Amino acid sequence: MNIPTDLQYLSSHEWLRLEGDTATVGITDFAQDQLGDVVYVELPTVGQMVVAGNTVAVVESVKTASDIYSPVTGKVLEVNSSLTDNTEWVNESPFDKGWLFKVAVEDLSSELMDADEYQKVAEAEA
Amino acid sequence: MTAHTELKRTPLYEKHRSSKARMVEFGGWDMPVQYQGLIAEHLAVRQAVGVFDVSHMGQFIFTGPDALTFLQFATSNSLAKLPIGRAQYNMLPNSSGGLVDDIYIYHLESEKYLMVVNASNIDKDFTHLKNLLISKELPEPFKVALENKSDDYALLAVQGPHTRAVLDPFCSVDLNAVKKNDVLPATLFDLEVLLACTGYTGEDGFEIFCTPEQAPIIWDHLLEQNITPCGLGSRDTLRLEAGFPLYGHEFSETLNPLETHMAWAIKMHKSFFGKEALVSLEIKHKLIGLKLGGKGIPREGYEVYCGGKKVGYISSGTMSPSLKCGIAMAFVEKDVAILGSSLQIKIREQMFDARVVEPVFLEK
Repeated sequence: MNIPTDLQYLSSHEWLRLEGDTATVGITDFAQDQLGDVVYVELPTVGQMVVAGNTVAVVESVKTASDIYSPVTGKVLEVNSSLTDNTEWVNESPFDKGWLFKVAVEDLSSELMDADEYQKVAEAEA
Repeated sequence: MTAHTELKRTPLYEKHRSSKARMVEFGGWDMPVQYQGLIAEHLAVRQAVGVFDVSHMGQFIFTGPDALTFLQFATSNSLAKLPIGRAQYNMLPNSSGGLVDDIYIYHLESEKYLMVVNASNIDKDFTHLKNLLISKELPEPFKVALENKSDDYALLAVQGPHTRAVLDPFCSVDLNAVKKNDVLPATLFDLEVLLACTGYTGEDGFEIFCTPEQAPIIWDHLLEQNITPCGLGSRDTLRLEAGFPLYGHEFSETLNPLETHMAWAIKMHKSFFGKEALVSLEIKHKLIGLKLGGKGIPREGYEVYCGGKKVGYISSGTMSPSLKCGIAMAFVEKDVAILGSSLQIKIREQMFDARVVEPVFLEK
């Protein structure tokens, strides 16, 4: 299970990469593995306000639809629209090509954890 | 996964664990939902050959001079013309117009039948059948022995267009002479098994009834032939594409089976337990197929609309790995069940157009 140490995580299996005032959000390697083949991604719209803890996107595998919670409050700057035709990137490259959206950070979720803490969460669910 | 009660394990449990299958609870059983991936497994069965462990399913044996008479009474389809060595799809109606289960019956020998039932219904079905045996509706007691042999059988389903070619060199019978719904004893990989040309994927294939001890040996032989191990995830998408209903979704104790495209398995020319209740029910809904043109994946429970009015709900839905679009079975008011017309599926507060089709999605 790949859990990069430079990212922050939610127990609901989203990751957040902070670069200056911009946060990039995706789902973890553990999450994509649990979901199975991703076949549909519903992303927020650019300019939309998202609130930490709220549902902002949906990732669907063949079997199930999974709500994605925002780990950050702020305005959506960019979404990974390439995923529409390349949903498998969420499986193949969850921390890189499979990112979901970027937000101009106003506030971060108080429930974010580091890689060590997240590893315990994921292992407990495995 | 929370394991409040001890989950049951098939004789292949250790095989699944050692091949890193993702395990899930299904009907009280700890079962593999997928091995390397649902879509790959699905396509292996459509294009080549895959194997499913379906040992969780139940097996009842009926023996005795009245076995046929009793089964004719207990089931909706007619076994009158089912010869030895043949199998058929059938149903167990309840007393109120619903189904106790949908089943498969194999005519093994003179006065001997095998019934295969859904895993989650084994105890319920067996109790129901035993109660029917002593039912006051019968003129005299039936001379039939009913045995629950579920623990004595393991069951492997080898499915896909290459099944015959792959298995034939290892089988004592000429598989190319076996027809759909045939059942016969055979030697496979030097083991005595019962072989049936049945399955629930819409593909050619065989189901292998064997002992719990034989199952892991046969499983290893099958995988050595590069047959893809498949989990219940792809079994569900395959059966849905093929238009096969699943108990708990399209059938239940309260859903009316006459509203489905499987009503052909209810024979009104014979009498059977529960027939009067079935006949008296008004048909209000129809089970239809829905096919989405663009994005959106229909899921069980989603509502179906016609011109802004709710007309039904989805009983099974998925993204079809073969057709690469959303497909679903849905119960809708019968007036709007018009082939070729458009209905709307509500997916997360948004309406998606879907075309009404027969609830069979694969063109064979």
